[in-house]
Amino acid sequence: MGSQGGFGQSKEFLDLVKSIGEARSKSEEDRIVLHEIETLKRRINEPDIPKRKMKEYIIRLVYIEMLGHDASFGYIHAVKMTHDDSLLLKRTGYLAVTLFLNEDHDLIILIVNTIQKDLKSDNFLVVCAALNACCKLINEETIPAVIQQVVELLGHQKEAVRKKAVMALHSFHQRSSSSVNHLISNFRKKLSDNDPGVMGATLCPLYDLIVIDVNPYKDLVASFVNILKQVAERRLPKTYDYHQTPAPFIQIKLLKIMALLGSGDKKSSEQMYTVIGDIMRKSDTASNIGNAILFECICCISSIQPSPKLLETAADAIAKFLKSDSHNLKYMGIDALGRLIRINPDIAEQHQLAVIDCLEDPDDTLKRKTFELLYKMTKSSNVEVIVDRMIDYMISINDSHYKTETASRCVELAEQFAPSNHWFIQTMNKVFQHAGDLVNPKVAHNLMRLIAEGFGEDDDAADSQLRSSAVESYLKIVDDPKLPSAFLQVICWVLGEYGTADGKYSASYISGKLCDVAEAHSSDDIIRAYAVTALMKVYCFEKAAGRKTSLLPECQSLLEELSASHSSDLQQRAYEFRAILDLDANAVENIMPLDASCEDIEIDKSLPFLDNYVHKSLEQGAEPYIPENERSGTLNISNIINRNPYEHPAHSLRFEAYEVPKPVVPTKLTPAVTYPTDLVPVPEPSYQPTLSSGPISDAGSGSGSGSTELRLRLDGVQKKWGKPAYSSAAASSTSTIDSQRTTDNGATQSDNVTSKSREPRQPHVEVSEEKQKLAASLFGGRTARPERKQSGSAAGHSKVSRTTNHVEDKAQPTTVATAVQPPPPDLLDLGESSGAVSSYSSSVDPFKQLEGLLDLSQDGHAVTTTSTGPDLMSLYSGASTNGQNQNQNQNLNPLINEKDNMNGAPNPSNRTASLTKGPSLKDALDKDALVRQMGVNPTSQNPNLFSDLLG
Amino acid sequence: MIRAVIVINDQGKPRLVKFYDYQPVEKQQEIIRNIYGVLCSRAENVSNFVQDSTFGPDTRLVYKTFATLYFIVIFDDSENELAILDLMQVFVETLDKCFGNVCELDIVFNFNKVHTILDEIILGGQVVEMSSSEVVKALDDITRLEKNPNSIVRVPKSISGWQGR
Repeated sequence: MGSQGGFGQSKEFLDLVKSIGEARSKSEEDRIVLHEIETLKRRINEPDIPKRKMKEYIIRLVYIEMLGHDASFGYIHAVKMTHDDSLLLKRTGYLAVTLFLNEDHDLIILIVNTIQKDLKSDNFLVVCAALNACCKLINEETIPAVIQQVVELLGHQKEAVRKKAVMALHSFHQRSSSSVNHLISNFRKKLSDNDPGVMGATLCPLYDLIVIDVNPYKDLVASFVNILKQVAERRLPKTYDYHQTPAPFIQIKLLKIMALLGSGDKKSSEQMYTVIGDIMRKSDTASNIGNAILFECICCISSIQPSPKLLETAADAIAKFLKSDSHNLKYMGIDALGRLIRINPDIAEQHQLAVIDCLEDPDDTLKRKTFELLYKMTKSSNVEVIVDRMIDYMISINDSHYKTETASRCVELAEQFAPSNHWFIQTMNKVFQHAGDLVNPKVAHNLMRLIAEGFGEDDDAADSQLRSSAVESYLKIVDDPKLPSAFLQVICWVLGEYGTADGKYSASYISGKLCDVAEAHSSDDIIRAYAVTALMKVYCFEKAAGRKTSLLPECQSLLEELSASHSSDLQQRAYEFRAILDLDANAVENIMPLDASCEDIEIDKSLPFLDNYVHKSLEQGAEPYIPENERSGTLNISNIINRNPYEHPAHSLRFEAYEVPKPVVPTKLTPAVTYPTDLVPVPEPSYQPTLSSGPISDAGSGSGSGSTELRLRLDGVQKKWGKPAYSSAAASSTSTIDSQRTTDNGATQSDNVTSKSREPRQPHVEVSEEKQKLAASLFGGRTARPERKQSGSAAGHSKVSRTTNHVEDKAQPTTVATAVQPPPPDLLDLGESSGAVSSYSSSVDPFKQLEGLLDLSQDGHAVTTTSTGPDLMSLYSGASTNGQNQNQNQNLNPLINEKDNMNGAPNPSNRTASLTKGPSLKDALDKDALVRQMGVNPTSQNPNLFSDLLG
Repeated sequence: MIRAVIVINDQGKPRLVKFYDYQPVEKQQEIIRNIYGVLCSRAENVSNFVQDSTFGPDTRLVYKTFATLYFIVIFDDSENELAILDLMQVFVETLDKCFGNVCELDIVFNFNKVHTILDEIILGGQVVEMSSSEVVKALDDITRLEKNPNSIVRVPKSISGWQGR
């Protein structure tokens, strides 16, 4: 082989690999590769290159492209190489082009001819190579060129060829289903191929077809069940076994297909029950692949029409997964649990401790999967714990995709299950603070609306309490420079609307904060608009209340700055503010009535107060108003002529134009008219809403009807907490005294809000007890419920929890409240929750708190378990270690088992390699010596380079 | 469907890269870099699965470490994680049989052969063979033919009387 080294490649290639391996930096590596590219460019175009040499060049091209460099200059040579007669070169050529080119590359057209020729070859290996290439290189346009031959090859004598032909046809179908639709029947036909390998390959396209549309394949249910049965009964040749498991991939594919076919189809499902039950019974839970099939069975069971018996078996299997020490199996267990709880929600309760373990596991994958599960099992009784956890997790991750997903899930769950408005606001604050830019802006409007509307019109005390606590919490965080824009808008609006409402904060304090906001976010016009309107409101409320008002100097300068702003919106707001400054208190109160954001503004679109004015103008010979949309182009004149009849006084000036006013037009026309004269609340459509509901309308779409804007798509939310919210208000109003007593307390508490919320949730040393409490709060303890109902303090709180229709859930939130450790130190909670917690601490003894666990521990040891928490855990882990030891070993030492396996089934082609386990020292040394001979020295840079892979 | 099979070493250098749906070279490199970043940060004794949006939407990743190499398979939800884990096992076993105590260098220098092996196991993103001895047999056929082009066993085109294996 001359210059070739022991690895079948030339020394040059070895040197290249070696120098790249030793490169100390990316730039050094790049330099080496660029040099190599130069060399190749020069060499590859030399005339009369020996074919072997050319093959090596191509290999080197593939290599440098794998390292991320452009090798397109050599593509054409790879294409040429596919034309070669020698199989070795042809295959190299095909390999290179499948790696280099996508199906739409210009050079493909040069290969199609070769593929056509090779598909006709009487050497089946050439045919195989061509079919391999087909899978990757043939696009919609070129399918017709080869399709006929590929279909013919479905009947080829060699099963390897048939198998590959099926896969090629499948890839054509993926590319362009329309061009092979008439050939789909071939897949059905091949399902009954003599060779199990071909049959197995056929399942792949059939699966895809069934995913698209189940119905045409319902008739195959019996066949699939039959095949699966035969596979499970080991009717296939031994060569299809893997670790004594017969044809695992065929089984898995079949189970996936059956899951699709049986979904919502009782008749089909019933045919499957027996075979699934058999497979689950026989499955080898000690091996990885056995568990893979088991998992697939569970998926299938959870998808088809439920069978109680199978569900039970599936639950047992999940229990085994979750108790396993292997993270992989735990992951599969959590995944399976998530599927099964859709059918049977109770099943999660058995596994609560395992689920919590997974939640606290350092493995991020497992954690995410567990959050997915929690998301699926959230209900009103556990929403607080789950959302709390999700927010903590959301804060801890950086991946923006998952952050967004988690944030929107938090919002979704909070909107759907919020036990109280306080909690909702607090949760929203957290979500906004940490992922405000990622959540849907609609959420911000929901929040404003909730604060504005409160729980219901009847309970003003609770409403104002909610508002003042919201104001308080916002004042705490408003100085945070990193607050997202959407959240700041909410804050500004709330501060403007309610900042001074409870008299706790002075107008100048609130104004100062608002000015700070406007100053700190000078580049964000929307925030500034919100801020300046909020300032205006604060000023108006003060003035209307008859208090002495003076504008802060910073506010004054802000107004001056904004009056000259490049944004006309900001300018307008500034000028409005200035105009208001000059008005008397009475007028101001009319312009900016206190807490009127929820009041409906009736808009008389015909603007009757202008009638006189218009009438007079017309009489004086003014032209009638023509709506903008009728005003365009050449129709102008004829329009006016047509309109003439309307000019007739008899028509009482009902111009059509005013029926559907274009918001822009009247705004421009009327302010001068309305503003100084009429201060009635119904002057004209676009102006008044701006005054009363703040900048929301402007920030929204700029359309005039602010009040409708506010109400957009919020109806769903209202329903969620409308009624129950009201009752929780009642509860909190009963504890109003409490909250007033603890106001001072609350102030100190609130100082800790930001810092505490970041602290880990488990300050307690005794982890297991902590965990059990968490479990109880997540999964709910049944025994706890009646107790709670009777306990004195619960009476009020069961009211709080009237969030759901489930009677049994009534006392749930109380369980939650005790279980959350520590009670969230939320500012807003001081009215409701802190009252709740304090009453608990007095009335509930610690054992009762653990009662949630009693029914979970499943036996009479309940009392001991609670006191000796850790033992319970060790009990669990003990059991699982026993069960999974073997499995663990296998994972650690995978090859050993496999090699044993191979020895068990002697195979002539199985060279003597079966010999010793693990790395053969001699072999490795030989190899090392060889490498050294060739001048490739292992360096400290990459010491592992030469170690055996499986060692 | 399996989207990609990637082998990188513990320093992030790609050793084998095969995407079953075409990705431009830059995108491939980006994906490899992301994967390397994720895998490096993973502790020992955790699961072999990773879900991360960087590899594409709705995809999952299974990896397994053999000595200095990470073997990585990216796939969508039509595959089973545990089964893919075993598929990697088959792949490595086959490599071991073909190279005899396979090591990283074998893969670097013979990656065309490694591709051939992979093509026997996975075709067009679908698993077509789970038996390493069958793969080795197919590979031996190819090697024999490549070395000695005259020994081609010509098979008649008629479809009469084939036997299973």
